[in-house]
Amino acid sequence: MERRDFLKKTALMSGAFMIPTFLKPLEALAQNNLTGYKNLVIIQLSGGNDGLNTIIPFGNDIYYQKRKTIAINQPDIIKLNDMQGLNPNLSALKEIYDQGWMSIINSVGYPNPDRSHFRSMDIWQTASDSNQFLTTGWIGRYLDANCQNCKTPYMALEVDDTLSLAVKGEKLKGIAVQDPNKLYQITREPFFKDLVHEHGDTNLNEDNLGYLYKTMIETYSSAEYIQKTSQTYNVTGMYPSTPFGNQLKTVSKFINSGLQTRVYYVSLSGFDTHVGQQNQQGRQLKIYGDAVAAFVKDLKQTDKLDDTLIMTFSEFGRRVEQNASNGTDHGTANNVLLFGGKLKNAGIYNNAPDLTQLDHGDLKYEIDFREIYATLLDKWLNVDNSLVLNKNFSGLNFV
Amino acid sequence: MNNYRQIKHLFARAGFGIRYEDLLDHENWSVKKAVRRLFRASEKVEQITILTESLDMRQLPKNATDEDKKKLAQDRNQQMKDLNNAWTKQLTETEAQLREKMTLFWHNHFACNIGNEFYQQALNNIERVNALGNFKTMLLQVSQTPAMLQFLNNQQNRKGHPNENFARELMELFTLGRGNYTEQDVKESARAFTGWAFDGKTGAYAFNAKAHDDGIKTFLGKTGAFTGEDIIDIILANKQTAIFISTKLYRYLVNETPDLEHINQMADVFYNANYEIKPLLEHVFLADWFYEDKNIGNLIKSPIEFLTGLNRQFYIAYQNPDVLIQFQRTLGQVLFRPPNVAGWPGGKRWIDSSSLMYRMKMPSTILNAGYIDFTGKAGPEDEAYLAALKKQELNVIKKVQAQPDWDKFLKQIPDGTPKTEIAQFMLEPTLDKVVTDEVALSPDMKTSIIQIVSTPEYQLC
Repeated sequence: MERRDFLKKTALMSGAFMIPTFLKPLEALAQNNLTGYKNLVIIQLSGGNDGLNTIIPFGNDIYYQKRKTIAINQPDIIKLNDMQGLNPNLSALKEIYDQGWMSIINSVGYPNPDRSHFRSMDIWQTASDSNQFLTTGWIGRYLDANCQNCKTPYMALEVDDTLSLAVKGEKLKGIAVQDPNKLYQITREPFFKDLVHEHGDTNLNEDNLGYLYKTMIETYSSAEYIQKTSQTYNVTGMYPSTPFGNQLKTVSKFINSGLQTRVYYVSLSGFDTHVGQQNQQGRQLKIYGDAVAAFVKDLKQTDKLDDTLIMTFSEFGRRVEQNASNGTDHGTANNVLLFGGKLKNAGIYNNAPDLTQLDHGDLKYEIDFREIYATLLDKWLNVDNSLVLNKNFSGLNFV
Repeated sequence: MNNYRQIKHLFARAGFGIRYEDLLDHENWSVKKAVRRLFRASEKVEQITILTESLDMRQLPKNATDEDKKKLAQDRNQQMKDLNNAWTKQLTETEAQLREKMTLFWHNHFACNIGNEFYQQALNNIERVNALGNFKTMLLQVSQTPAMLQFLNNQQNRKGHPNENFARELMELFTLGRGNYTEQDVKESARAFTGWAFDGKTGAYAFNAKAHDDGIKTFLGKTGAFTGEDIIDIILANKQTAIFISTKLYRYLVNETPDLEHINQMADVFYNANYEIKPLLEHVFLADWFYEDKNIGNLIKSPIEFLTGLNRQFYIAYQNPDVLIQFQRTLGQVLFRPPNVAGWPGGKRWIDSSSLMYRMKMPSTILNAGYIDFTGKAGPEDEAYLAALKKQELNVIKKVQAQPDWDKFLKQIPDGTPKTEIAQFMLEPTLDKVVTDEVALSPDMKTSIIQIVSTPEYQLC
């Protein structure tokens, strides 16, 4: 595509570089590299990861009775205690676990669970009740809650082409960046650039046109900040050469270059294992485990692990009993995995899931997922969880 | 009298925009005549019939292999694409703009997201047939589609074991709106809808008398052995339903900020016309306030409106229409895949940093046959299909492969028309100097037109 034609050197040299004033604090902050800046990295496993074949309750005979063909054989399991162990494809995480950098929270869910992918994902992303429809995400509302004073432009960044609902608030939204260079190049296409530079502060009122221009100018400015900041750092850790590995490598680049982002969001798909689960889930778990282990070790190396918390969730777990296709169907409660250098209760946080007291063949939840969010908000991101979750949760004790 | 501005606005809202030659032809029409013509062009109903099989009825044999099951997942995915493509094609080519625009409204109002595309197609046709007809007729038919019965769990709503999902959404989202009924009303009306079900073997609505609770119910202050039909009658007799629908329609067609006076006018018309939709729409399109400055060029186009407008304006033919699904995914609105039962929230929520940039980049990519270097995330409902693939990621289309008909587009513009005039034709908001200067300075007509549709202004209608 030839957009070169749009370039009008005269206009660019005419001195019409009116960057609206409200952008300046953002750019000024770039130089101010804070230490002890806490990051949260959220990893979403899409499709409903089978938690029972991820953190395997091998010590419970029911597991083997209900999963005749897809249970993982005892000798292959990486045992963590006498009840639960890691899927062998997560072998890279064993070292991380042994270092005390990993927590496993069992039986996380919510009341009246929904077994539809998109509804349950919606619930996890918006932190709603199961009969409530929210149009903002919980991270987005965290941004809103922090912006009331607007002292620091905290930001949330999703390493992807598009932005998930989780990161969209009422007033503020995060930004999606798969590749900082690409984003920068797009915003520097001459016509785009001209519109930004010549537009200035006019029309930036509250109507929709003002909102569009404001979003455009913010994107323009953020793209530059992200690109300029992140290019100052080269990742030294070794990452597996998978797309997911690359995404975590990008997060490492952002964190280590001192980007003023508090929350990072990354997704990995392919967990809807109705058919032939063992190979399929195994493949995805290996991609996940290898990349996360590399990421954690890299952050340790650069002294950032104490300031980083990684949370992995999926929209639901799967039915306890396998189906007739060597797979599993949609279920309810699931485990949430946490990684970081400052975990208070590293290891297995609570009891293994109860495989006897089931609800229509599914696990009953013991911990509301919003208790985990509340903990992250209160103790890690330092914002009162009731501002974001619309009711107060007492939280847990993992950090 | 020249009605250039009014006619352009009318077509931007009642349809997907007007072509230049049509505007030159219609600019001297009265608004009344233009509205009449719009309805006439929508008299014909073109149903979508691309899908002929409900895949839920395809019974796999007991000894079916994993391959057979994967094949089924792939067939489902193909149906999803076929149905989506059939509708975008219809949106682009139809003369019945108003009907399709309203079908989109009802598609969001009766938001439904299930894996059975054949049922989705049937629901979509009910919305299309009744788009300009009677709301009560449509509501009843929608409530008895396999799609909605399945989506809102009324299949499981049985005497003694009521499932309240349908009854709740019926009031919260389809008719009265929150705060206009009690939890007790939900419970009681759920009992009235017990037995509303479809036959899984035929896919046809089949009332199950044995599952129906024919006891006495008290609902919205009335008491009787109500059936589901009775409940719907009671809900519609409550004027709040007319107000609720009018508010939603006002925000879709006029302004995101509700004007209570105008909405009450609309609700009066709607209610007094026994929920006929045509008089309601006529009232809006003929009202003076519809053409006030503050109601022009201020609505953010949905991704579908954005893509449809572009496709229609430039007569774009896609060799591989799947790319349009990829664009929908990138921009956050895939037809038949609303985020939840409340539908797409719309307005400013369509816009974030990335979606705005893609919107501004997409026209040049399509019109100049550029490469696509962006893609949307797989939706949660794509997961089963993804899991069946070896590489577990969606195919990304890198090249648009589309032909805009530039000759046809340019031919309708009279020689010597200034570029700024074309810009003001293609963009709904009043333009400021930055845009007109940019456009006036561009080296040639084609470049300036691509610039025009790559602006923030083009996101509005």
